[in-house]
Amino acid sequence: MACPKTKDLIEAYGDGELDLGSSLEIERHLAGCEACAAVLERHRALRSALAGASLHYDVPPRLAARVRSAVRKEAKGRATGWLPSWRWAAVAASVAPLAILTWALVALSKTPSPGDLLNQEIVSAHLRSLMGNHLMDFPSSDQHTVKPAFAGRIDFSPDVRGLSGVGFTLIGGRLDYLDGRPVAALVYGRRKHVINLFIWPSAGGEGARGVETSLRGYNLLRWSRAGMLYSAVSDLNAPELRELRKAFEE
Amino acid sequence: MDPTELERFERTLLPHMSAAYNLARWLTRSDQDAEDVVQEAYVRAVRFFGGFRGGNSKAWFLTIVRNTGYSWLERSRGEELTTAFDANLHDVEDAGPGPELELLRRATRQELFAALESLPVEFREALVLRELEGLSYKEIADVSGLPIGTVMSRLARARQRLRQILTDRGSKED
Ligand SMILES: [Zn+2]
Repeated sequence: MACPKTKDLIEAYGDGELDLGSSLEIERHLAGCEACAAVLERHRALRSALAGASLHYDVPPRLAARVRSAVRKEAKGRATGWLPSWRWAAVAASVAPLAILTWALVALSKTPSPGDLLNQEIVSAHLRSLMGNHLMDFPSSDQHTVKPAFAGRIDFSPDVRGLSGVGFTLIGGRLDYLDGRPVAALVYGRRKHVINLFIWPSAGGEGARGVETSLRGYNLLRWSRAGMLYSAVSDLNAPELRELRKAFEE
Repeated sequence: MDPTELERFERTLLPHMSAAYNLARWLTRSDQDAEDVVQEAYVRAVRFFGGFRGGNSKAWFLTIVRNTGYSWLERSRGEELTTAFDANLHDVEDAGPGPELELLRRATRQELFAALESLPVEFREALVLRELEGLSYKEIADVSGLPIGTVMSRLARARQRLRQILTDRGSKED
């Protein structure tokens, strides 16, 4: 058996992921330790077996054309969905008002708004965290442990609060991905309910009232505060979810 | 999205279709589903492209493919994600190095293929990103939204499982 201290580093060494200093240290150790040298050899045998077996799936020929056309359609849809206001004015001036109204209603009913898409993403992230056993990267009930754990992993510092005083138990923190960027996720528990609170820097803001909705059986709150966006999602009822927001705003 | 932006989108992201399909295919284990995931990922990427500020476009796009694939798995067969990650419960001791090494070297493509395919989705993903797509630990961390330490231990566990499957199978045949 390999040495416990170096065992974890040998694979990283074999993957070329160690800095020079640590690599040299491992090499010195390997020269004198048969068990660790055997671990490295086994690691290399597996890697070369995987590399030599051509396990890569090739793109089916028809997919490229299919993707290209879907992309163009989406890009075009977004061009009309996001007309700058001066273009709306120009269109309005040149076409009969009724036609505009009809067209706008059709466009609205077909294209989910960016907010709808974000809500769907938030609920998916919540479900994923529950199902994939990826609820927490750093489990802790102490905000002074959770907050520093985010440092260096994301480009902002989320406000982490222990809220056991108001009945929400901090369980831990996690990195997640929403709205095209990495976000901080704080996990709270209340009775049997798990609450994900996502925090990330705001580009626009939600307005003072925020957004409250429910989707696929989950309650969802979004609000912004001090340049950050917050989104709480849970199967917990809406009034109690509002209490979490209130506690966070105090 | 205006025509120049669309052109930039296609120039930046279409070259990653091969990596995207490979990842989606390994995640979903189905040709048809992988195609759907890739198409959906590209459509989502159109929506998010405004927020992409240059840099590693492959990792950026694979993140979307990965998340699209996970949402897809969750929608269509939630049971896979709930039962997958039992690594902590089934920690196995490594077999002795001698015969294992021989078995690894003798493993056929079919055996490797079946072994990789049978791994839980998180392990499969880590190995595909590392060994088939050649991503660094840091890139895998970005794509899967995990700390690097977690990536490292996940890869180690994935390889341990893979070796276990291959050597179990190999020694039964002997
Ligand atoms: Zn050693």
